[in-house]
Amino acid sequence: MDISIENLTKTYGAQKALDNLSFQVKTGEILGFLGPNGAGKTTTMKAITCYLSPNAGDVKVGGVSVLENPNEVKKNIGYLPEHNPLYLEMGIVDYLKFIGELQGVDKAHLMERVNHMIQICGLSLEKHKKIGELSKGYRQRVGLAQALIHDPEVLVLDEPTTGLDPNQIIEIRELIKQIGKEKTVILSSHILAEVEATCDRVLIINRGKIVADGTAEELRSKAKGNEVLKVGIAGAERNAAFEALKALPDVELVDFAGEGKNLYEVHSAPERSSCQSIFDLCAKNGWFLTQLTPIEKNLEDIFRELTKDN
Amino acid sequence: MKQILILTKKELKGYFDSLMAYILIVVFLGLSGFFTWLYGNGDVFFINRATMQPFFGIAYWTLFLFIPALTMKQIAEEIKTGTIELLLTKPVSDWQIVTAKFLATLSLIAITLALTLPYYITISNIGEIDHGAVITGYLGLLLMSAAYISLGIFASSLTSNQIVAFLLTLIIGIFFQILFGMLSMAFSGFSSDVFAYLDLQSHYSAITRGVIDSKDLIYFASLIFAGLAASELSLIKRNLH
Repeated sequence: MDISIENLTKTYGAQKALDNLSFQVKTGEILGFLGPNGAGKTTTMKAITCYLSPNAGDVKVGGVSVLENPNEVKKNIGYLPEHNPLYLEMGIVDYLKFIGELQGVDKAHLMERVNHMIQICGLSLEKHKKIGELSKGYRQRVGLAQALIHDPEVLVLDEPTTGLDPNQIIEIRELIKQIGKEKTVILSSHILAEVEATCDRVLIINRGKIVADGTAEELRSKAKGNEVLKVGIAGAERNAAFEALKALPDVELVDFAGEGKNLYEVHSAPERSSCQSIFDLCAKNGWFLTQLTPIEKNLEDIFRELTKDN
Repeated sequence: MKQILILTKKELKGYFDSLMAYILIVVFLGLSGFFTWLYGNGDVFFINRATMQPFFGIAYWTLFLFIPALTMKQIAEEIKTGTIELLLTKPVSDWQIVTAKFLATLSLIAITLALTLPYYITISNIGEIDHGAVITGYLGLLLMSAAYISLGIFASSLTSNQIVAFLLTLIIGIFFQILFGMLSMAFSGFSSDVFAYLDLQSHYSAITRGVIDSKDLIYFASLIFAGLAASELSLIKRNLH
């Protein structure tokens, strides 16, 4: 089920949370939604799930508009809101049954669905407890289970892995990936590694506007610029190696990296690679390389660059 | 309709799971029982007639004080914990949520009142009782409860603080309960008529006396509807800020 966001604008008083935002998500795509705090991630999600109605623009889920037929849209969406609100005084099974009923799961399949959710979200051992007695990680699983209970076509997850331990994070990511094979998933996060690990496509927004859109690789290559290498040289005097590196024609800038060790950060000249000349230099002087690693710009740098000052 | 039923069932179950329902029932039966049978001054034996009037008199005030305690958490807590977002992103409308919460609390009051039927059976065995007045008396209690429940839900939808919701319901409620009646006596002419019409007690006592007038029914119906509509508006206003 496709999602299409069309010229969405939402203002809170004088503040523009979303500014003419438009994008599409295709069926089977996992879209990672990135942005600094207050960029409009949550507001967009609330508009998709019909909790907030936009000042202008429209959201269409599978061709159905949220403005014209919100109930139809809501039926197709599984939503995990930010902070994962739950009825703490309810038991897990009761809660999932309640949400299942609301989502229109028919009576004959309700218990089956509830048990299935308990199983795939890893809640089997806890299922007789009240939600209030669960730890944060387990509550997050309950939140995910309620979002999935009616087998929705679209999954909207607002920071799904906050508060989980590393093992749980990996489990939940795997789960999302698996679900994302057939369904459309939008997930927001401020953990960049997570978006990289789970999502097919990354959307970075800042102040209600899209600032980058593409796969993690695309974004990275776009922001790559000049080659930066981390070079370790042994068998040479520290400053001699430094001077020799600096004298290479392909090298623009050399920096010491790490005190007391023969580690250097070498910035190559634009459009050039200095790998070979560094290797040759070492071979000629009888030094040997302990390290020659390209330093990749990670998503974090791209993110910072894009959302810094505009 | 189905959605309203699912939500009502959940809310009603919530009352019984949280002890709230049992506390209400025990204290209500205790208080109304004491003033109906044992208090002396004004109880059934003091009046020396087979009548439920002492019970309806005391229930009128007991319910007035209890209902805000039942409704205060209804929406306030959902706002505070964020579960309102959870509900509203399911195929449920604002109106359905408000109505379900109203029906759940009204059902709890109805269950509580049903438990006072032994009073009626006992009194009707002691002497000749006006059965019509008893039926309209219960109807009056239900209508009055419904009006305060809808007011309570409205107050609860305005804030995320339960105590504020409780006090607000009592403060607005006391106007309908007694102050409008007093004001109508203090004024004269048109304003006196307006206050007299707004006074809930006069409509209530008309019904408990056994007179069902469409004027009184319209009064209660409009109070209930106004409260629920205002609650819905207050939920929808999240889109305005």
